[in-house]
Amino acid sequence: MQPIIKVENIAKRYRVGKREQYRTLRDAMTEGLIARVRHLGALLGVSGGVNCNLDAAQQYVWALDDVSLEVMPGEVMGIIGRNGAGKSTLLKVLSRITEPTRGLVELFGRVGSLLEVGTGFHQELTGRENIFLSGAILGMRRSEIVRAFDEIVAFADVDQFIDTPVKHYSSGMYVRLAFAVAAHLEPEILLVDEVLAVGDAAFQRRCLGKIGDVARQGRTVLFVSHNMASIEALCDSCLYIRDGRTEGKGDPVGMVARYLASDFGSHRGGCSLVGHPGRRRGAAPLMTAVELTSDDGLPGSVRMGSTLSVKVSFTCESQPLSPVLIVTVKTANHAPVFAVSNKYNRDFLFPCRVTGGTLICSLERLPLMPGSYFLDLSFGSELIYDLDEVREVLSFDVTPADVFGSGKLPPAIAGPIFWPAKFELVNA
Amino acid sequence: MAATPAQPRETDLALGSRARPAGDDPSPSVQTSHSRSPDPPVEATIRIEGGRKRVGFELRDLWAHRDLFYFLAWRDVKVRYKQTVLGAGWAILQPLLTMVVFTILFGRLARVPSEGEPYALFSYAALLPWNFFNLAVTNSGNSLVGNANLITKVYFPRLVIPGAAVGAALVDFMIASVILFLMMPWYGVSFRPTLLMFVPLVVLTAIVALGVGMWTSALNVKYRDVRYVLPFLLQLWMFATPVIYPLAFIPERWRWMLRLNPLSGIIEGFRDTIFGRPFLWRGLAFSTASTLVLLICAVYAFRQMEREFADVI
Repeated sequence: MQPIIKVENIAKRYRVGKREQYRTLRDAMTEGLIARVRHLGALLGVSGGVNCNLDAAQQYVWALDDVSLEVMPGEVMGIIGRNGAGKSTLLKVLSRITEPTRGLVELFGRVGSLLEVGTGFHQELTGRENIFLSGAILGMRRSEIVRAFDEIVAFADVDQFIDTPVKHYSSGMYVRLAFAVAAHLEPEILLVDEVLAVGDAAFQRRCLGKIGDVARQGRTVLFVSHNMASIEALCDSCLYIRDGRTEGKGDPVGMVARYLASDFGSHRGGCSLVGHPGRRRGAAPLMTAVELTSDDGLPGSVRMGSTLSVKVSFTCESQPLSPVLIVTVKTANHAPVFAVSNKYNRDFLFPCRVTGGTLICSLERLPLMPGSYFLDLSFGSELIYDLDEVREVLSFDVTPADVFGSGKLPPAIAGPIFWPAKFELVNA
Repeated sequence: MAATPAQPRETDLALGSRARPAGDDPSPSVQTSHSRSPDPPVEATIRIEGGRKRVGFELRDLWAHRDLFYFLAWRDVKVRYKQTVLGAGWAILQPLLTMVVFTILFGRLARVPSEGEPYALFSYAALLPWNFFNLAVTNSGNSLVGNANLITKVYFPRLVIPGAAVGAALVDFMIASVILFLMMPWYGVSFRPTLLMFVPLVVLTAIVALGVGMWTSALNVKYRDVRYVLPFLLQLWMFATPVIYPLAFIPERWRWMLRLNPLSGIIEGFRDTIFGRPFLWRGLAFSTASTLVLLICAVYAFRQMEREFADVI
């Protein structure tokens, strides 16, 4: 059998802004003038718009670097990788939103892409009008929309409000309607990106169910997600991308394990932050290393209810500052649980200006349920608190402990937090 | 597991494209020759090649998205006069008030000649297409930037966006035309068969607007300067077009410069149709030719710049 998606060595290069400083005003003015003249050339079509990028002073990043893959008809392939690995860029190339710098893609069927919920919705238009508009934008013909109309309205459960402008919809209704339109696309190839990151748990289950249905109808689905459980449940195969390159392809369970182990497991308990792949583009690399310590001493693991310390080392020779740190704890599905920072609390603002050191953040009586968690770090000064930002710095595990002294714990579906509440029985 | 559900799907695909009439095929570049064979298509439906130097016009892809063109234009029309008291009345009021001002300023005070016709009708006959052009170019020039959320999230031929903006302006034009046809009997100008030329002239105006609009919209993606330059340029352009004065007002020596402007032939044509005068076919032919050249250049430039829209916008 022949693959329905064939991707050969595609690469995508993005330009990042020039960072070096102009030395004098005159330099700045002449450089600006030269650049402007060159741009004028492009304006008149002399260099065709694209080629004028080939300016030696520009800096580039390769969001995708020689990725190849083949997807068979009816296959559901998951794409995993950390933020910025190139997953979304791959989907954007496949859905023809952006053009690859090199390489070849061949698609043997109609493509539908769902990169966000509610693409093309207009606030001022009614539900009915938006169904037609959004359907047309997603690539449906008018006749197809007419045929699917009643089904869409029923699926979204908004028939009472179908002639109300969507700006008066509740956010739940809005998302339901938007998803209902997208769910009735009937392409041979469906590209889905993180759509499930919106909406409540019930809605997410419904979306997953719908993707499962699409797959059962024999359509080909490419599915980007941070939700490892849904990747394992829905996908026949899995592509693991790291820094724009294919790190592995194959069985989803194996790939997910490899992803969690290699992208996050290698630096359990602490790691260097120099050249960390999770750093926000353009951030000043002020943080140099992070170390996690806990009472139980195991690297990268902490018992429920005990203390976790996050030690962040930093240097800022060129700009002495009073350090501000934000630590965000996220679940394995990348949903934030809570964030702590010394910027909110005057007691922990350090008035002196320093050029380096280690800032220690202690999370006492950690109220997290057992499981894996990620840390995001953001570092800066009192005024600009995100000079440096590194997402998913490392992961740590929370191990069960008898926090209530009863030998019992709430079930995992109760959420990522446990809380010692007080109860009273009155009027008994 | 991957292979099992795929088998029936493939037959589906072939059956589907056989059953569909050729014109209604939703996937534009499917090779129809495949529909007869039970084998899956050998040639790709969509081929994406990195680092291409040449770009095609891909008109078939555009045709396949004609419904989207309609819906986007319809959205622009629907949304434009939302939350206004007068609604579509603005489409009439804008050219009407301009006409009143022009008639007082240029007709009465400056005594600009109007070739023996009442100045009000003389200027409205030109203001009507000019306002259409002005609105179409302004809207389509800003259309890509205004629809950035679509450009970064879905694929469709980007030409649809500035095209739909021109289409939406056409609706305003049609509403404002009603006034023209009311004014004509009022000023004692009878309807003559030359009025049949009205429609081709509107099409020509729309094509000029489309050419200019798509070009500026593409430039606007990268250079937001366009947004500030455009209103100024349009104003200059109006004075370089025989809107407030007749073409004959310009000394013979300089008239060729106005001829370079495709709109001057078109606007004079509008007056000829309305006042039932003989057509200056040569001027009109010249306008048509320059319009078509403009359109082809604009489409080509747009296709070139289109490739980096999603990355730059």
